[in-house]
Amino acid sequence: MPFDEMFGHGEHPRQPYQTYSDWFQSENSRSLRKKAKEAERAFRRTGITFNVYGREEANERLIPFDIVPHILSNREWQKLSEGIEQRVLALNAFLHDIYHRQEILKAGRIPREMISQNAAFEPKMIGVDPPGGIYTHIVGTDIVRTGEDEFYVLEDNARTPSGVSYMLENRETMFEMFPDLFIRHKVCPVSTYPKRLRRSLAACAPSACTDKPVVAVLTPGIHNSAYFEHSFLADEMGAELVEGHDLRVVNGRVAMRTTQGYMPVDVLYRRVDDAYLDPLNFNPDSVLGVPGIMDIYRAGGITIANAPGTGIADDKAIYSYMPDIVEFYTGEKAKLPNVPTWRCSDPDSLAYVLDNLEDLVVKEVHGSGGYGMLVGPAASRKEVAAFRAKLQAKPDGYIAQPTLALSTVPIFTNQGLAPRHVDLRPFVLVSPNGVDITPGGLTRVALKKGSLVVNSSQGGGTKDTWVLES
Amino acid sequence: MMLGKTAGGLFWMCRYLERSANNARLIEAGSRMAMTRADASDAEWISVLSTANALDGYNERHDEINRTHAIDYMLRDRTNPSSVMSVVDAARNNARMVRVALTREVWEAVNDTWMRLKDALARQVSEKDLPNVLELIRQQSAQVRGALHGTMLRNDIFNFCRIGTFLERTDNVARILDVKYYVLLPSVSMVGSSIDNFQWETILRSAAAERSFAWLNKESGPRAISEFLILDQRLPRSLAFCYINLARNLANLEAEYGETKPCQAICANILQRLTTTDIDAIMEEGLHEFLTRLINDNNGLGTQIEEDYRFAY
Repeated sequence: MPFDEMFGHGEHPRQPYQTYSDWFQSENSRSLRKKAKEAERAFRRTGITFNVYGREEANERLIPFDIVPHILSNREWQKLSEGIEQRVLALNAFLHDIYHRQEILKAGRIPREMISQNAAFEPKMIGVDPPGGIYTHIVGTDIVRTGEDEFYVLEDNARTPSGVSYMLENRETMFEMFPDLFIRHKVCPVSTYPKRLRRSLAACAPSACTDKPVVAVLTPGIHNSAYFEHSFLADEMGAELVEGHDLRVVNGRVAMRTTQGYMPVDVLYRRVDDAYLDPLNFNPDSVLGVPGIMDIYRAGGITIANAPGTGIADDKAIYSYMPDIVEFYTGEKAKLPNVPTWRCSDPDSLAYVLDNLEDLVVKEVHGSGGYGMLVGPAASRKEVAAFRAKLQAKPDGYIAQPTLALSTVPIFTNQGLAPRHVDLRPFVLVSPNGVDITPGGLTRVALKKGSLVVNSSQGGGTKDTWVLES
Repeated sequence: MMLGKTAGGLFWMCRYLERSANNARLIEAGSRMAMTRADASDAEWISVLSTANALDGYNERHDEINRTHAIDYMLRDRTNPSSVMSVVDAARNNARMVRVALTREVWEAVNDTWMRLKDALARQVSEKDLPNVLELIRQQSAQVRGALHGTMLRNDIFNFCRIGTFLERTDNVARILDVKYYVLLPSVSMVGSSIDNFQWETILRSAAAERSFAWLNKESGPRAISEFLILDQRLPRSLAFCYINLARNLANLEAEYGETKPCQAICANILQRLTTTDIDAIMEEGLHEFLTRLINDNNGLGTQIEEDYRFAY
């Protein structure tokens, strides 16, 4: 029996869920069902949709929303946020190090080839000093839980973590549907996130910026799966939403084409991958980027958030070294543990993984979104066999982890409450002024009974996440 | 300050929205005309399709002109870039692109329009349902217009929206008149015959002006109708009204940006043509010639605006 965050291992609600549980008991399930339907209509009307790659007909799909919140006590949140802060600072220090003196390699804590042979390592960033010394301006740290006091970091999303618009819109929806719940609970607000984001980005303005920093969000365009979020954030931050063809290099600055001519951009919150950022410096076929932006960046003419080359830090093979990385740069033990990870590049680990495929979760080192992974216990024999062949052909492309007994939070179904596995992605902002974590996050929930895959691209849903004030 | 792309997106969003309502009205007028006069029905659909600039495309898709095909082509054929579904799609894509410039009310109105029409136009629309569908298109367009007027700041964003609307409306009204200009020529028309009465009514209906024309208590006739649709500054769909507003919206941009643009001269020139003349002079020049020149110059103005405000790269 996995740990249930509402009921623990028993029948009585755990303390953070006590008030909610009482409220839920007193509600009529028919009117709750009606509310759940209303929520879906509201999402469609506002247009929060999610494009799934490679599925033309389902071009704009809603991520299902569950009305039961994921609740954390203040104490639990404190513990989490301390661990996350430590980890994010270590990530930044690590990135600075491997693009400068590479002390951690010299100290032998990470094998040299993990960096030099890693596709996510960006040689063009060697020796570059990003404005404010910040590499990962925005991080989405994925947290899983297995027990009362057992939290793990599952992934450090340090490139362009998405989902924050759901954190905000899910809360708005809850406000609209259940205002009475917010009278009974003191829930930490999340609506400050866009302002905090703007402030955090502005604090990283480049030396070329002499006035109030101009912030813009760079999107690949309306057909991108996260376009809604890009426009939502730009809107809430009061920033311009630009595409590559709106920008060009003018007089040593990156400038956007406005109705009154070209105007310099100071901070670019880009939601475009490194490879597409600059056709002159990276992928020459990219039409999403800005030719020459890397040269301006190196000269201190613009801040790119997150910095190019941060992908090395959320690479799944590097992930397995995170406890060492945290210790090396902070001098402390990691406050939040990693999920134990076998690197298949290591022959002994590979042998173990091949022997135990049925019990493990195997992930592509560079994969994301739940694609290209094997969940051993849920896979058919045929799938396991097929994956075994892939793994043997390219062992260093994979890592493996035990199937954790992920915690559950109930979802609301026609039959009442039913436990489903969840994970949590808090959103972390980093600037020279420090680390700022908005209390809450994106809770993803597997909607299928027993399923461990919470990714929205694989049929997962979302919940509102509450951090209680006391 | 606004991105050039955003200005373009707003302009096109409003052009497309205006076009969807105009098309619905053309279909409605055509449909009534064809119902009233069975023998003229093919000719009527030809004129509806040419007014929408869709006749060539239609002929590539269908061998004969008939009511069912024409309505379907105008309403929901995706190969017709001007079908109601195509333009509502395009309007919403533009709205998505410029969402940061729209109030929540406007975005939701556009999105709601798209959702409802996608539903209503998922299958071929039956004769029985046609009035409801056309009504829905008209209502949705009113909803978007209401949201725009009721919630948007009166700044460059609003001005680009209005400019798109009025350019499109000018094009539409001028085309309606031009396609039917032969009915409006005094020499050809058989004054007072029932055919012409229907034709005139169709013209007014296509421009949503049949009621307001009735209020004028004027003797109906080609001269009065042309005068009304071209020159009457009180009618929100007249060419003169459109250009008075275009000139005003461009002047607002000039004031906001502190810069005079070449498009303003083009606009002023057309405005002068519409405000310092009378219907006799226009008839003398030749209604068809007058309208063709206006349609061309109106397009030219659109192109100049795109250039002046850097809509594209």
